[in-house]
Amino acid sequence: MLRFLVRRLMWFAITLWVVVTISFFLMRGVRGGPFDGERVLNPAIERNIQARYHLDWPQWKQYLQYIGPFNLDEQGLEVFGGDASDPFSGVLVGDFGPSFKYRDFTVNDIIGQSLPISASLGIIALLWALLLGLSTGIASALWRGSRTDVVLRLAATGGIALPNFTVAGMMVILFVFLMPLLPVAGYGTWRHLVLPGFALGAPFAAYISRLTRTGMLEVLSHDYIRTAHAKGLPRHTVILRHAIRGGLLPVVSYLGPATAGILTGSLVIERIFAIPGTGSHFVNSALNRDYTLAMGVTILYTVLVFTLNALVDLIYTVLDPRILLEES
Amino acid sequence: MESGKKRHKSLLGPDLQRSIPGATLPSVSSFRPSASPRQLLALACLGLLGAGLLSLARRAGLAPADLTYNNGTEVSTLDPATVSGVPEGRIIRALFEGLCIKHPRTLAALPGMAESWEISNDRRTYTFKIRAGALWSNGDPVTADDFEYSWRRMLHPATAAEYAYQLWYIEGSRQYTMLADEFLYTRSHRRGLWFEELGEGRLRVGLTGYAAEAAEREAELELRGLTRCEKDQAFCSLGTAEFSLPFDLEDVRWQPSPPQDAGHLAEYAYGDAWLMEGQASEATLAALRAAGEIIPGDVFRREVVEPELLGLRATSEQLFEVKLLAATPYFLDIVAFYPVFPVNRRNIEEAQARWPGSWEMMWLHPENIVTNGPYRIEFRRINDRIRLRKNETYWDADSVALETIDALAVDHLGTSLNLYLTGELDWIDRPTTQVIPRLMPREDFNPAAYLGVYFYRFNTARPPFDDARVRRALSLAVDREALTQKITKAGEKPAFGFCPPGMGAYPMVEFPHAQDMAANLREARQLLAKAGFGPEGKEFPTFEVLYNTDQTHKDIAEVLANDWKRHLGIKVKLLNQEWKVYLDSQKNMDYEVSRSAWIGDYADPNTFLDMFVSGGENNRTGWGNPRYDELIRLAASEPDKAHRLEHFVAAETVLLEELPIMPLYYYVTRNLVNPRLGGFFENVQDEHFPKFWYWLSDEELAEKRAAQPADWLQVPAGGPSLGLHPPSWNGTGAP
Amino acid sequence: MADQATKKMGDWGLGAGELERILSEAAKHKGESLWQDAWRRLKANRTAWCSLCFLALFTSVAFLAPLLPLPSPVSLDLQIEPQPPVAPWSQFGRGGFSPEYWELSGLDQAMVRGRVAIFDDWQTAAWLGTDAKGRDILSRIVWGSRTSMLVALAAALCSLAIGVTYGALAGYLGGAVDNLMMRIVDVLYSIPFIFVVIFLITIVNEYRTELEDHYGINREVIFYLVIGAIYWLTMARVVRGQVLSLRHAEFIDAARQLGASTARIVFVHLVPNVLSIVIVYLTLTIPAVMLFEAFLSFLGLGIEPPKVSWGLLAVDGSEMVNPVRIYWWLVVFPAAAMGATLLALNLVGDGLRDALDPKLRGQS
Repeated sequence: MLRFLVRRLMWFAITLWVVVTISFFLMRGVRGGPFDGERVLNPAIERNIQARYHLDWPQWKQYLQYIGPFNLDEQGLEVFGGDASDPFSGVLVGDFGPSFKYRDFTVNDIIGQSLPISASLGIIALLWALLLGLSTGIASALWRGSRTDVVLRLAATGGIALPNFTVAGMMVILFVFLMPLLPVAGYGTWRHLVLPGFALGAPFAAYISRLTRTGMLEVLSHDYIRTAHAKGLPRHTVILRHAIRGGLLPVVSYLGPATAGILTGSLVIERIFAIPGTGSHFVNSALNRDYTLAMGVTILYTVLVFTLNALVDLIYTVLDPRILLEES
Repeated sequence: MESGKKRHKSLLGPDLQRSIPGATLPSVSSFRPSASPRQLLALACLGLLGAGLLSLARRAGLAPADLTYNNGTEVSTLDPATVSGVPEGRIIRALFEGLCIKHPRTLAALPGMAESWEISNDRRTYTFKIRAGALWSNGDPVTADDFEYSWRRMLHPATAAEYAYQLWYIEGSRQYTMLADEFLYTRSHRRGLWFEELGEGRLRVGLTGYAAEAAEREAELELRGLTRCEKDQAFCSLGTAEFSLPFDLEDVRWQPSPPQDAGHLAEYAYGDAWLMEGQASEATLAALRAAGEIIPGDVFRREVVEPELLGLRATSEQLFEVKLLAATPYFLDIVAFYPVFPVNRRNIEEAQARWPGSWEMMWLHPENIVTNGPYRIEFRRINDRIRLRKNETYWDADSVALETIDALAVDHLGTSLNLYLTGELDWIDRPTTQVIPRLMPREDFNPAAYLGVYFYRFNTARPPFDDARVRRALSLAVDREALTQKITKAGEKPAFGFCPPGMGAYPMVEFPHAQDMAANLREARQLLAKAGFGPEGKEFPTFEVLYNTDQTHKDIAEVLANDWKRHLGIKVKLLNQEWKVYLDSQKNMDYEVSRSAWIGDYADPNTFLDMFVSGGENNRTGWGNPRYDELIRLAASEPDKAHRLEHFVAAETVLLEELPIMPLYYYVTRNLVNPRLGGFFENVQDEHFPKFWYWLSDEELAEKRAAQPADWLQVPAGGPSLGLHPPSWNGTGAP
Repeated sequence: MADQATKKMGDWGLGAGELERILSEAAKHKGESLWQDAWRRLKANRTAWCSLCFLALFTSVAFLAPLLPLPSPVSLDLQIEPQPPVAPWSQFGRGGFSPEYWELSGLDQAMVRGRVAIFDDWQTAAWLGTDAKGRDILSRIVWGSRTSMLVALAAALCSLAIGVTYGALAGYLGGAVDNLMMRIVDVLYSIPFIFVVIFLITIVNEYRTELEDHYGINREVIFYLVIGAIYWLTMARVVRGQVLSLRHAEFIDAARQLGASTARIVFVHLVPNVLSIVIVYLTLTIPAVMLFEAFLSFLGLGIEPPKVSWGLLAVDGSEMVNPVRIYWWLVVFPAAAMGATLLALNLVGDGLRDALDPKLRGQS
């Protein structure tokens, strides 16, 4: 277990480094800079702005500055020609730098403010997706071929048959314009999260439902289930103790990406419902060429995905005894 | 986990295990930890859930503001000096107040922080008298020194202000911004030279910006290069201006290509080019340096430029004197323009002392920022809202009605519209275009002329767009009437000229065209034939129309492509680029025809026309015309208002003869405003001032409705039915 | 199911001589392949079969779009507001067709010529209404289906090819190789795809003439590649997960003992056994790609006009949601077309899954 964790951590560090490096240079390779605007700047002013954000430095130096831990500008250590008033900076000391677009905030401020919002939205969406997806999926598998199955499958498929902005639009028409039950957009109370949570969770619920059904059917056809039946165990015992356990495998492996997807891929939903979460930064920072913020959310995303995947692997072994964590 | 294992055993029994494919139960149990991962997971999920719900619960109690509007996006900063966008402008105007403010309807300069001002006879010196009793939100009085500090700060390169050029009408200010700190200067600025040490006593010498400007003025464009060099002194003259170094320079090598005309002098001023290179005695240099005659750039800036060359001076606590390079008729408009609003010196300096590494953002945080406008900032939630609260220390707090204002950052237009229509917002500035036909009859939607023009740029460096006939033909073949009625829909005016209406006495200038589309098309075909294209000539090459990702831009590009294909048989490809790439393409002239727009910074033709001078940063068409440049330059130095406008008319006529751009329509404002909101006026710059806002009571609303045309569709007006008026309310709506 | 049972009863009720004949015939058909078997099962599944027929119909309509008497999907007839649908019984068709399209392939151009020869300038009326620029919604949906289906198919196949190979290899090889391969997937997972999309689209723009002239790569091909490159990751994970649980199975051990090569074990023994989950995942991928295309359109990074895709239509529709006036035909019809197709795809996928599952063979 410990060895597993240590090895994972090592991989984590490598992954993070690769991701940071690739996206750092990828982003600067894309045309257009953070300070390009409708009005082309006077070259002198442009130079000043570039100097202020160190964009006039060679890229390797910007990269070192970004990674840290030593600050290379005037406030850095004397070795680097600074006055040592602020010797450390960079990702290694947890400093993601100032945002280029939202210039009054550091990237840490921005993520710190928006992540809890995305998290609350994501949790609602995920809970709702799990609840709906698992129950319909299991029901569908148990009553395979019945009318219930057909209806449930149709409903589940409906969830992945439309883009979420269309689903959101239809829900707004239904629950805001026709039946004024909920606010149309905004963030503040739980009522603001009902529609976006639903719209965000719907496709994931559908996936989970389908994966559950498939997984359950797969397991139900296994010999050991038949053995269990043959031993005369009650149906619900077989299903609850044995079938669900194995049948959930595909769902579990899907949960890692799903959670990360919900957290960061909520861009469309967050835009449509005007929710100030991380999802909007995720794409907007790239579009704005807000290098530091984009790097910040990239790192956030990496950490999330990695943690969730590690978690999934752990759960996997718990659910499926055939898989070993460590190969000898 | 023990129980799980047991269950397995009881279910299968040891002899049955082998029948399960790949069953390896015993080894599984070997790594299982004592704390169950399942429990850990459950705990983690619960923790996350709790955190999420807590963060929700914490926000439940936010009381709605007196007025909520959509600002469209999160503002990039609250520092007036470094902002440049419309949403930022709205917040800055609420938080800060400049020497002048604008009349909410006419936009004429009204006294703000300056209670009065005097303009000298040559219209080049402005003396502002700061209002007695004007206070910062930290209780400090607002003084002339604050303005000197703020404007100098704005001009300073370290501030990196995008709009610094708005203050370049002030004497010495352009050079102040551009001065290269890494060079050495002589304390006597009249010597006019900078130099750079190349090592071992070798120096490279150039011209300072101040000298370049003086030479430019005196030489009146006729330069004979470097005329003289005397062995014992590095000495040069440009026209009649003469410059020298205070020490000997030997082994002198002159710049192989000396400046040929005034336009190139600036390159010698900021290090892009140099005049001469030579050998100086290190001892002499050291002595001069010790005597303080040779000083580094930052000292030169502080000790020479600021007191002697820069035209900004706080002559007393109350008097602020500004010297301009030339009479600038719209200077008061600039004074009332939000980027030049003052900042509090103590605010910044305390932040510098407290947070040496991050003061640049810390001083702007809501809990630290010191402001002097009608509102102060209460809190700021990124991408959600900025809450403004009435500033009780504001000098005119008695005329401010609304206690709190929320500025939302909703960027999706459809959402913003829906929020307005469900009564959650009181003002939005951009409803989606598709619903505009349905909004037109409503009382809350009154588009008015706006100082902006939508146009296309031609890349005149690429054939066939280097041919003015081709550009004119393409321009004539567009049905602007259909475009404005059926695509933009809000009553935009078709544009056949570049400067929009609404700039005082400036007349409309249009390129020649017929009212009737058929005649225009005939002429377009003839022009193309003359340029060698069409049935008898070559086939017109397929070209690309560049636009940035946006529904309206896409629609317009589609219509243009369709018009050209249908009427002229020209095939067009549409190329959609996301905003930053599009800007980069335009900047690098990597396009053929490209969508553009321009919004005036102030109500003067200069803000539109000076962009097309040869080599201007915002030209981006590759077009240049000496006559045009000359006219713009003449207008800039012309003190007589009427003559000045004549120059602009002549310049615009040149522009429209050559048509490096294709104007399409003039903008209108698109505000959708709660009918109950008083003190909100449509104006040509679409600027709105929270200071003047108030809520009408039901009776006042009824009066207002009685006065408006009867066919306007009345809509529900949210807000307090009793109205909300400022303490100094006198019963009329006049500001 | 009931049908099948009856049929089987009938089969069993045959005479002895016939039974012999059937047995001999069965001997000829010995080793009825997985796919033949699956096909038979699929046909028995009514929902899936109907969906498949619907898809086939839809695909052929999409393919034959240039031949159909639809109005041009791009020809502008500027309106102030979108025009509501005209019922076919009140106006069936009208003249005034103008053959305006984007650049079409040779085959499509031939079909357009055929259409003009057959129908001349007759075209259907706006049965599903028009958008604000007077373009026929029906025609745009049909033409949009071509783009969307092509993108989805190409990207899904791309992701299938890479994902299955990669996942199966990683899962089978296990150990350090697996670890390394899956870490690479993790790394790729963690790179925000939006950068990749922007980056690639930018590059394509910069070298567009060169790429198009020499390699025939245009923005759409980049689309397929990018989307495929994003979706193979999940496919790889899913396949690897399945293979991981199968690699200790006896039949794999047996194959290994018999000296089968790694490639043989992976592609002959393992892949067919994970095919059911792969097919299920593929039927999830195709809709997902269509939705991704819509997502890109929402961000303005999608297909370029005048070309049209379902994503663009869906975005246009979603912008019409407001309480003042809902142009419902712009919301409903594209959504319905998309929804029906994706639904059908999913149902076919389910049917295929049931039909393909080797563990279900011989049962039912």
